[in-house]
Amino acid sequence: MGKGVWVFLPLAGFLALALLLASGLGKDSTELKTALADKPVPSFELPSLLRQGQMVSNDVFSGRWSLLNVWATWCPTCHVEHPYLLKLAARGVVIIGLNYKDDSEAARAYLAERGNPFAEVPVDADGQMGLDLGVYGAPETFLVNPDGKVVLRHVGEMNERVWQEKFAPHIEGQTDA
Amino acid sequence: MRKLILLPLMLLPLLVSAAIDVYQFDTEADEQRFRELIKELRCPKCQNQAISDSDADIAHDMRAQVASMIRQGRSDDEIVDYFVERYGDFVSYEPPVRAETLVLWLLPLLALGLGAGVVAGMVRRARSLPLEEEDDQ
Repeated sequence: MGKGVWVFLPLAGFLALALLLASGLGKDSTELKTALADKPVPSFELPSLLRQGQMVSNDVFSGRWSLLNVWATWCPTCHVEHPYLLKLAARGVVIIGLNYKDDSEAARAYLAERGNPFAEVPVDADGQMGLDLGVYGAPETFLVNPDGKVVLRHVGEMNERVWQEKFAPHIEGQTDA
Repeated sequence: MRKLILLPLMLLPLLVSAAIDVYQFDTEADEQRFRELIKELRCPKCQNQAISDSDADIAHDMRAQVASMIRQGRSDDEIVDYFVERYGDFVSYEPPVRAETLVLWLLPLLALGLGAGVVAGMVRRARSLPLEEEDDQ
């Protein structure tokens, strides 16, 4: 009678737990969702790396889709993704390159040597902007819509696969008028 | 002789720990708050470590930010909120109770209740059994 049902309770519990854990298996736990989704890029005013003496602010994001790429010369994966960023830029993608806790001299030399994919390079010397963005490791790439709001964030190398799977679907059909 | 050489070598780790960053606070209470807060905040880079335990660059920056906010006289809640706003609920080892975090809070209670139920059932069954064996002896 009733007892027969209770015998299966541990099994049911086990299956439920197994399902819950299995659903987490494929996920990359090191990739955190950005807390900034649908929120504007935190307000900032930072010196420009290349136009010395000038400041860069949130205006660079308004009126067009753009990428905010957090990079530094000390970051090995940034070196890896650099050629791909150049390709994206050549296709007309606007990339703002936040130079994160870097040596400005080294950063200028790096861009001069390898080419510059960035439309503008604000300098975040002490990492405060990185903190505001919730950055926890370079490189990170944010997709920013024409209203200056963050759509999504990718942590790690940017490449064709990531672009096609994560970024392109958001931009297609709603590119700037 | 060998021991004499080894002894200073064994003291080397002390030098390393002495190099860990030191923050100055006005009061003992503030320092205590700092210690509590950096244990409660989770490092987003080296996951499953608190920022107090982590040597990651970002953990270092976060500790510095906590220290500077304490010096500015901000409350514990304000400091935790500051990080949650930027890094999400993930960053706090004490996530708020919300619809999507409910399972975190309820699952342990559920498991405890289930276990208690099983134990209660076993006890009841044991009690209802006649104590014949003991009577025999």
